[in-house]
Amino acid sequence: MPRSLSKDAITTILVTAILIWVMPLLTSTYTLTVLIVYGMLGLSLGLIWGFGGILCFGQAAFFGLGAYTYAIAAINIGESTVPMVLAVLVPAVFAALLGAMMFYGRLNDVYLGVITLVVTLILFKFINSTAGPQYMIGNARLGGFNGIPGFQTLNIPGHPDDYIWGDSYFYVCAVLLGVVFFLVSALLRSSFGRIAVGIRENETRMSLMGYDVRARKTVLFAAGAAIAGLAGALFANWAEIVTPSLFSLGQSAEIIIWCIVGGLGTRLGPILGAAGLAYLKFLLGQQTLIDNTLITGLILVLFVLFLPKGIVPALASLWKVSFGRRPKERIHLQRRMKSRGRING
Amino acid sequence: MDLIVVILVEMLYAVASLILISAGLAVVFGMMKVINLAHGEFMMLGGYATITAVNLGVNIFLAMLIIAPIVVGLIGLITERLVIRHLYGRLVDTMLATWGLSLFFIGLATMIFGNTTTGISTPIPGFTIGNYQINGYNFFIIVVAGLLLIGMLTILKSTRAGLIARGAMQRSDMAAALGYSPDRIYMATFFCGSALSGLAGAVLAPLVGLVPTSGGAYIAKSFITVIAGGPSLIAGLFTSAGFFGIVNQVFTFAISPVIGEVALLVAAVVLLRLLPQGITAKFFKGKL
Repeated sequence: MPRSLSKDAITTILVTAILIWVMPLLTSTYTLTVLIVYGMLGLSLGLIWGFGGILCFGQAAFFGLGAYTYAIAAINIGESTVPMVLAVLVPAVFAALLGAMMFYGRLNDVYLGVITLVVTLILFKFINSTAGPQYMIGNARLGGFNGIPGFQTLNIPGHPDDYIWGDSYFYVCAVLLGVVFFLVSALLRSSFGRIAVGIRENETRMSLMGYDVRARKTVLFAAGAAIAGLAGALFANWAEIVTPSLFSLGQSAEIIIWCIVGGLGTRLGPILGAAGLAYLKFLLGQQTLIDNTLITGLILVLFVLFLPKGIVPALASLWKVSFGRRPKERIHLQRRMKSRGRING
Repeated sequence: MDLIVVILVEMLYAVASLILISAGLAVVFGMMKVINLAHGEFMMLGGYATITAVNLGVNIFLAMLIIAPIVVGLIGLITERLVIRHLYGRLVDTMLATWGLSLFFIGLATMIFGNTTTGISTPIPGFTIGNYQINGYNFFIIVVAGLLLIGMLTILKSTRAGLIARGAMQRSDMAAALGYSPDRIYMATFFCGSALSGLAGAVLAPLVGLVPTSGGAYIAKSFITVIAGGPSLIAGLFTSAGFFGIVNQVFTFAISPVIGEVALLVAAVVLLRLLPQGITAKFFKGKL
């Protein structure tokens, strides 16, 4: 990567600032807020799948866990600062335990996918069956299929009565996404991030070089879960209710589709994929002619068949081919894209 | 005494239904290494094919055992030609493409049949053992699952078609050198796998209220069963379905159906952690 970290920071701040200024002119901040939340969720899987090579079928589990942790803690505490922190920590710890179990057992590929899928299902089934009054955590009733409504939403830290909502909530989410994006960039630029990419490319070689592959994968997995948990808490604040459908397989599927469509191995791709597809779904939801699920499915199939690298890498290579100055660099880039294509395949 | 008989029948039934819902996937995934996440939707389509045929006045057994497998098999054939044949050998891509297909089929079924529950009544009446009522249809499912296993074993082991299919799956280049077209063999095998999924969906249709999203209920269970089964197709199917079915029923009778389901999933996670290559990678090695 040619640019330095400080340049990265400046770009992130500039782009975030411009987008925060421009986007509300185009559509309502209420819609934009959820797009940002989905973008963050997309980024969480984009980090562990695109850079760590861990295909997690249950990213929705961490998203839902974050949302439920926030809701339950907010009801019990009545103030939003600690619940926000818990909503990041609980999924991260859960993912660290789950990841340790999987990676120290040297599970790979399909088995990883199946176990994360199954864990999501277990959570979904469990939460769905907690409708009775005996399922309480502190003062919070889990509510089973109906979910948990009516919890304390985000407030200014220390002032439980000053709620952050509407436009200001949009700004909070946008800035948080910018911060997370920058942290992810910093992580990938650090030696930890580079080694993670190395593990994605060739696990055996990295372990022969003396790196503890299992521990590193576990930590990366937990970091992804922490981001997903934060997105879950933000979603809970936006929707003002949490339901078991956050854990559903459909939700997990959507996250994977966002990453594929946006582009794996990029930071921007999953965010754009998530926001773009969620907005498309929002638009499609306003008509009744064609079923929404059908189109989502079709998009996924077509992308896997014709554009398996995703939009952002395709656009980037198109840009380089059209405007790249030095042919040397172009060849280098093409080679890099090729090797990237190989790990995707 | 009566209770023991009832529990035994229920256990057999749980094992049989696991075998049934996993057989199609076992062929498609176990033999062809295609991760078909649209498997549940193939079953859902089989159910709808049966219900439509019965509503048109076809005999229910004819609809379940003949029409549904053929309809779903043909749908699978079209899918294979259009999508899956471009993705052989690309494990993750097939997984994603078939996930897209599953969403596509759910959307399609919602558009055609609507988002409401449909169903047909079971054709076999229940009967009583002592103080307990047993659903007679459960026996039908046990018999179908048994016949299915025997049929698959016979076809794969002692017919020429089964031999060719197994050979082509192992070394497609050798099969091609001997004059068989791997492309066609893959196509035919995928047809058989989809037809088995359709059959399973059809046979289970009278027991469940069918909605377009019904497939999701099967997919996880069938996946767990096939993956935990490991490399041998039929021995793996039988042992893992047996194990999970029994775990499920023990916890269902001891605590509650929800805990039974959760116990099955937890057992799967533990089993995969201990035997990541599946049961038959360690036991029954080299058997079919």
